[in-house]
Amino acid sequence: MSEKLKLVSRVTAINWNRIQDDKDLEVWDRLTGNFWLPEKVPLSNDIQSWHTLTADEQLMTTRVFTGLTMLDTIQGTVGAVSLIPDAVTPHEEAVYTNIAFMESVHAKSYSSIFSTLISTAEIDDAFRWSEENENLQRKADIVLNYYRGDDPEKRKVASTMLESFLFYSGFYAPMYWSSRAKLTNTADLIRLIIRDEAVHGYYIGYKFQKALEKATPERRQELKDYTFELLFELYENEEQYTEDLYDPLGLTEDVKAFLRYNANKALMNLGYEGLFPKDQTAVNPAILSALSPNADENHDFFSGSGSSYVIGKAVNTEDEDWAF
Amino acid sequence: MIIVTGIVYFSSVSENTRRFVDRLELPAERIPLRAHEPALKVKAPYVLFVPTYGGGNGRGAVPKQVIRFLNDEENRSLIRGVVAAGNTNFGSAYCIAGDIVARKCQVPYLYNFELLGTAEDVHRVREGLGQFWLQR
Repeated sequence: MSEKLKLVSRVTAINWNRIQDDKDLEVWDRLTGNFWLPEKVPLSNDIQSWHTLTADEQLMTTRVFTGLTMLDTIQGTVGAVSLIPDAVTPHEEAVYTNIAFMESVHAKSYSSIFSTLISTAEIDDAFRWSEENENLQRKADIVLNYYRGDDPEKRKVASTMLESFLFYSGFYAPMYWSSRAKLTNTADLIRLIIRDEAVHGYYIGYKFQKALEKATPERRQELKDYTFELLFELYENEEQYTEDLYDPLGLTEDVKAFLRYNANKALMNLGYEGLFPKDQTAVNPAILSALSPNADENHDFFSGSGSSYVIGKAVNTEDEDWAF
Repeated sequence: MIIVTGIVYFSSVSENTRRFVDRLELPAERIPLRAHEPALKVKAPYVLFVPTYGGGNGRGAVPKQVIRFLNDEENRSLIRGVVAAGNTNFGSAYCIAGDIVARKCQVPYLYNFELLGTAEDVHRVREGLGQFWLQR
């Protein structure tokens, strides 16, 4: 590495009893409350299921996980760390260190999946594929380029895109298997990662929006144009990457709808409205349901006859603050 | 503060829920963010819009400010329905604040949407709320 390491120029002892932005503490609490380790997930229960997959299906799945390992490695060792010098509050810096560490936990958890399901030779082959796949490398290059750049807000945009959009070509696969009652423990682990990425994307996107509040209209326009250009560039690359992975199984179009759905969510995390219209973001209900069992419930009271409605299902999550 | 309105909402400093409510272009009142601000007292029936705080086991899913608002008996007596926001990434906790409030207050869970909501969500809720109040 030739570029000079950028560090925070001045450090003051962090005082968690003086919070400048409530969101820092809220997100810190949420992230630490969500902490998990792959060792807690009984992945070995998936061994039998793994052997019901065809060779093509196993290959796709292995490649997906090396691609995800790559993204988590980038985010853990470069992405989240690169945001630290731009932080506005000391607590924001601390949150980024938590994000960076969790990304490393994610990256390691794919290795847990590999060591449980496949041989060392297959693991090595898959990692070689990830190093040779042009579209995966290009995805990494595009994002890394912005992390090394000198614009703090563009870095946040790139980071939010990674957290909220670029992972999903990969996340599709375990959700697909889960919807077919396969590799269900692996899917449980991936759901923990998906949950973490949502908080990361939300927080980094929020900090981007805070920065926009202080920006001139010209600067705001520049960043908006940049965001959409970057999204298009990444989306085009994601389409090709998706074809590389999923064409042999005929799943590509289904994955692309999932990509567009998540691209819209990445934009929303940055405070922009979604770009892709409804008919292009219609995620396969089985995939959506694997992601969130609540997503396919009919909570559209307005569409019904009005004669029956949901009163909310039983939830054993009482907070002590309720006084009735 | 005493208000007469059809929508009460909570939105954190991320402003996601506020942006959705703004797009409805209907009269709405916001539950204050901070404890030192005067508490909101409502005097007319309303539909509550609540974001779900993400993740975990569902604890803390309903923002504390919303719980405080509903702990007021008069406020609670006037709620007629709930609309929840969330993110499917939170799995079974997706929009669970809607489930919790609907159950605690015994009112219909009318609708849910993700993050800022889509144009279709805004349209459906706008139309739906109009019908909902007419039928009451």
